[in-house]
Amino acid sequence: MKNFSGNILFLDRSDINTDEIIPARYLNELTKEALKPFLLEDLKLNGFNPARDIKGKSAIITRNNFGCGSSREHAPWALEMNGINLAIAIDFARIYRQNMYNCGMLAVELPMETIDSLFAKYAGKSAVIETDLKKSAFTIRSEGDTDIIPFEISGYDRALIEAGGWVEYADSKY
Amino acid sequence: MGRTIAEKIFDSHRIDNPIPEIHVLRLDAVFCHEITTPIAINDLVARGKDRVFDPDKIKAVIDHVSPAKDSNTAEQGKTLRSWARRHGIRDFFDIGRNGVCHALFPEKGFVRPGFTIIMGDSHTCTHGAFGAFAAGVGTTDLEVGILKGVCAFRTPETIRVNISGTLPEGVYAKDVILAIIGKIGVNGATNRVIEFTGPVIDAMTMESRMTLCNMSIEAGATSGICLPDMTTVDYLWSFIGRDYSSREKALEDFKKFHSDPDAVYSGVIEFDGSAMEPMVTFGYKPDQVKSVREMEGTDIDQVYIGSCTNGRLEDLEIAAQVLEGRKINGNVRGILSPATQDIYLRALEKGIIKIFMDSGFCVSNPTCGACLGMSNGVLAEGEVCASTTNRNFNGRMGKGGMVHLMSPATAAASAISGKITNSPIFRVRG
Repeated sequence: MKNFSGNILFLDRSDINTDEIIPARYLNELTKEALKPFLLEDLKLNGFNPARDIKGKSAIITRNNFGCGSSREHAPWALEMNGINLAIAIDFARIYRQNMYNCGMLAVELPMETIDSLFAKYAGKSAVIETDLKKSAFTIRSEGDTDIIPFEISGYDRALIEAGGWVEYADSKY
Repeated sequence: MGRTIAEKIFDSHRIDNPIPEIHVLRLDAVFCHEITTPIAINDLVARGKDRVFDPDKIKAVIDHVSPAKDSNTAEQGKTLRSWARRHGIRDFFDIGRNGVCHALFPEKGFVRPGFTIIMGDSHTCTHGAFGAFAAGVGTTDLEVGILKGVCAFRTPETIRVNISGTLPEGVYAKDVILAIIGKIGVNGATNRVIEFTGPVIDAMTMESRMTLCNMSIEAGATSGICLPDMTTVDYLWSFIGRDYSSREKALEDFKKFHSDPDAVYSGVIEFDGSAMEPMVTFGYKPDQVKSVREMEGTDIDQVYIGSCTNGRLEDLEIAAQVLEGRKINGNVRGILSPATQDIYLRALEKGIIKIFMDSGFCVSNPTCGACLGMSNGVLAEGEVCASTTNRNFNGRMGKGGMVHLMSPATAAASAISGKITNSPIFRVRG
C-alpha cells in the first residue's frame, strides 16, 4: 500500500480542474516521472507558488469538486510523483476520484463543516496528517493543536486500495 | 418501478455488483486515442498482459496531436499504431483517415442505442446523443477495458433536463448547453447522468445532440443521454439497414431503451427554449456564462472553430453562412479545424472551405490540437480566443491565455468584428 501520511498542502479553492493540476501541454510526456516538475503549474490561487509550496507535502486538503474537467490520469500521477497519495475534499469529480482509487491512492470526502474548521485551524501553518486506514481516522497536528477526524470509505474503495489498484482487482476477478 | 434509459442499459450489461451501489458492466466498445492509451499499453506490456479482450470492439485513432509536433507525440502515435497492428485492431484511424475521436467514431457508425462505451477522454459523454451510456474514464479504467472488456460505475442517478418550446433562429445546441451549465454549475450533475428531453431536443439533428451531450461533463455528468428516435435511426441507417427490415422496425427496437413514464429521477429541471439566446463564457469555469449581449465588445485576438464540440459539418455550414462575402477583422487570426477528414472533404465539395479561406481564415487539418493548447493555434500570454471548444480553464489553450466559449455562429460574427458579437442570424424577438 502507498503512504497516506505526512505534511499537508492546503488549497483554498473549489473546482480545481485537472488542467490546473497538470496542463495539457505536458500530456506528450511518455512517463509518469516526467510530469513531476509541472504539478499545479497553472493553478489559479492567490499566493500559491508551486516551486515553494509543493516540496515535502504528502497530502492535499481542498474544497469542492476537486479534479473536475479532463479525464487525464496524469493528474493523480503528477501528485503521486511528488509523493502526494492522499486528497481530502468536500467532494470530487467522478473520473478524478475513480482514477485516484484505481491507482491505489486515497480520495476522502469530509463534511463542509469539518473542512472549514481544518482550514481555519491549520491552513498557513506546517500541519501534519497521519492516516490510520484500519480505524478509518486521520490525526492532524500542528503547533500544539491535534484533531482526530473519522472518515468513511466504501468496502469497494478499500478493496481497490488494498489490491494496489483496479488492474490487480479486475484481473483477479473478471 | 419504472426505469430510466441509463438503468435499462445497466441492467442489460451488468456482470457484477461488488457492493450494491457499484455496477461492473460489460462494454460494447472501447475507444482509444494516442494521449491516454500508450501508458495503458506500456503498463500491460510491463505486466506481461499485452492482450485485448476483443479487437473488433476496440476502435483507435490518432487525433490529439496530428500530425505529430515533436518526438514525444511521434512516439505516442507510434506506440498506438504498432499496438493496433499487433492486435489486429482493424478500426484504427491514422492521419489521412482520422479526425477528432468524438466526431469520427459516430461518423463511422460505431455508436448504437443501448451501447456501453468508455474512452480515456472526458468528452466520451458525446456518444450519449445516440441513446448510449458513454463515459470518459482514466487510463487505468481504459487499461482494464482493453484487457477485460469491463468497467465499474456507480448507480446511474439521473437528472432530467427538459427543454420546451422552439429555439429562436440563431440559437444553437451550444447556447442551450452553456445555459444549462450556467444554471446547474460545474458540479451540478457530478456522479449523475443527464437525460435531455423535450421538443427542442426532438427537433435537433444528431450533430446538435452531440454538441449538447458533449458538454455534459462540464456540469460533472457521467454521461449525457438523448432518447433514440427517427433522427437517430436516419443517421445510423447506412450502418444498420442490414439488421432491420425497415426504419420503423429499427425505431421500435431502439425504443426498448426509452425511459419509462414512471422512471425515478433525482431531479427534473425545466428550460424554456423559446426564451434562450446566444451565450458565451467569461472567467475560467464553464459555468461562468452570460448572454452574448452582455459580453458584446470584448476584444479578441484569435477565433477557433473546431473540436469535438463544434467541428462538424453543420457547425461549419452555420459559420460559413455568417462569413460568406465578408472579411475577418485585421487584428484577428481565424483558425478552422474541420473535425474529421470526411467533414473536411464534404465542406470542400460544398464550397464551405472556400468561404472560410476567402474571409481570411486559416484552414487547419482535423486534430484536437488547439482546444487543449497542444498544437495548431496555441495562445500567447494575455491573448484572448473566441472558441467553439468546450473548456475555458486557466491556460487551457496556452499558458496565460483566455478562452471564451461560444457557438460557431457567434465565433464567426466575432471574427468579422474583432470583438465578441452576436451573429446576424440571431435577432432579439420583439
